[in-house]
Amino acid sequence: MVKMNKFTNKEDIPTKNGFGEGLLEAGKKNNNILVLGADITGSVGANLFADEFPERFFSLGIAEENCIGVAAGMAMNNKIPVFATYGVFSAMRTTDFIRVSVCYNNLHVVIGGAHAGISVGPDGATHQALEDIAVMRVLPNMTVLSPCDSTQTKLATIAAIEKVNGPVYVRFGRAPVPNFTSQTMGYEVGKAQVLMEGNDVTIIATGHLVWESLQAARQLSNNGIYAKVINVHTIKPLDHEIILNAARQTGAIVTAEEHQKTGGLGSAVAEFIVQNYPVPMEFIGMPDCFGESGEPPELMDKYGMKSRHIVEAAKNVIKKK
Amino acid sequence: MKINNSIQQLRDLSFQVRKDVIRSLAEAGSGHLGGSLGLADIFTVLYFNILNHDPQRPDWKDRDRLILSIGHVAPVLYASLARAGYFPIEELQTLRKLGSRLQGHPGKDHGLPGLELSAGSLGQGLSVAVGTAISGKIDNKTWRVYSIHGDGELQEGSIWEAAMSAAHYKLDNLVSLVDRNNVQIDGNTKDVMNLEPLADKWKSFGWHVLNCDGHDLKDIILAYEQARKIKEKPTVILAKTHMGKGVRSIEDNHTWHGKAPSVKQADKFIKELEQNG
Repeated sequence: MVKMNKFTNKEDIPTKNGFGEGLLEAGKKNNNILVLGADITGSVGANLFADEFPERFFSLGIAEENCIGVAAGMAMNNKIPVFATYGVFSAMRTTDFIRVSVCYNNLHVVIGGAHAGISVGPDGATHQALEDIAVMRVLPNMTVLSPCDSTQTKLATIAAIEKVNGPVYVRFGRAPVPNFTSQTMGYEVGKAQVLMEGNDVTIIATGHLVWESLQAARQLSNNGIYAKVINVHTIKPLDHEIILNAARQTGAIVTAEEHQKTGGLGSAVAEFIVQNYPVPMEFIGMPDCFGESGEPPELMDKYGMKSRHIVEAAKNVIKKK
Repeated sequence: MKINNSIQQLRDLSFQVRKDVIRSLAEAGSGHLGGSLGLADIFTVLYFNILNHDPQRPDWKDRDRLILSIGHVAPVLYASLARAGYFPIEELQTLRKLGSRLQGHPGKDHGLPGLELSAGSLGQGLSVAVGTAISGKIDNKTWRVYSIHGDGELQEGSIWEAAMSAAHYKLDNLVSLVDRNNVQIDGNTKDVMNLEPLADKWKSFGWHVLNCDGHDLKDIILAYEQARKIKEKPTVILAKTHMGKGVRSIEDNHTWHGKAPSVKQADKFIKELEQNG
């Protein structure tokens, strides 16, 4: 009943690599794609594009608000601007610029949120974007993508550029994480993916916690508990149909994300579930606090975002059914 | 469309624009009268003498772009657009009302012809103008970008990020105008947060600086014509204006920055306008 070996980790790779590759691939197809840099171009993976197309790369220095405004001006004139920096800056230092100049004008600006989550590690709390999904998803017209590994980040980046018409935020990370999906799985904005079937509980995850969720489902199956695992690679628009079906099928949900428990994927799922098919839920994520320095695995463990925490949450939520 | 209107024609038009501003604000019951009147001469010159645009084709690709950064002076933009023929003049009376295309601060989602940008949060328009000007350069276009800013707005740090980038990319297709009326909501700019030496600031950021009397139609035209000749750098025009210009009883009075007249006051203000005209 469970396909245990469908997904295997081919190699640990930072998801930002997928962003850089996707940007380059899309850039080769369309001369209207412009990339803006805020001093950390290599660090976010945009150097591949900048090296290949220097005439379409615009360095704007450490001035993130200006980057967003300039991107809006470009998008008004049939360009497709892509601006990536660390998520703490690209989504949050700039929020009012994104709200007014990009979202209110409904412009196709692609915003990359790099170094997302606590797995940024030793840099500490200032650089760990843990509120970016919450801030981005409440903005009207905004699409929010949160792919689960490097392969999928590449597809998400290309989709953000080629398939989305309005403002779009793509979230990715720096820590090497399991790369387990294949290009053939495809990427349709707004369509979540069922990665594992099960009837006892649903684990809805995003980002690299999708891998942890698969591990958790395997551990649960050893105890005779069968979990359905859903990869929500698009936080907004949320795939309501797949979530509703899962709630009906399993009657219990655990959400897992490398983000504050408040405002992110868990909240988005809960907002939908309470209005349509209430079932017990448990949330895996940051417990309303700042992160700290440490190695990524240490931090993921300390703040309760490893597979064993997901296993525990699944067992707890089943008891509440 | 580019009309070489005579100064007398422009004077008549700016008088009309001021009347429209006063009437639409009185009808709305709220809004920013002072700054809207203060910019009436500049907007008249832009829409009836400087801008290369076509009200019959608002989305014409080769039009000059006017980026209004200070969304709160929307009434003077709307009056100018209406007088230029983008939409019926009667529609000005829907300002700030439910369902209107004339939002309190410009909103593109309401489909007003001729409006380039939704704006209202200060300090953003110069960045948008820079992105627009870079796009024009990439495509080797001859259209130009005109942005309008308040002096109080220059207290926003993002303005200087944008100013730096405009000079870095040598955007000589960009002309920004600062409405230098020395007044903002809390009082005089020199007391709220001093901006001087303002010309030196822009110069040191790599801009060509021009000064003009923002109520002398010839002087405004001259400044924009001079700006067109400047190469390899962006130009800023520091336009000396008076908030509430045209209505003597409220000129330079900062309490009229964010206020609308009553219908009775509007009648009185328009009489003052006529006497001054």
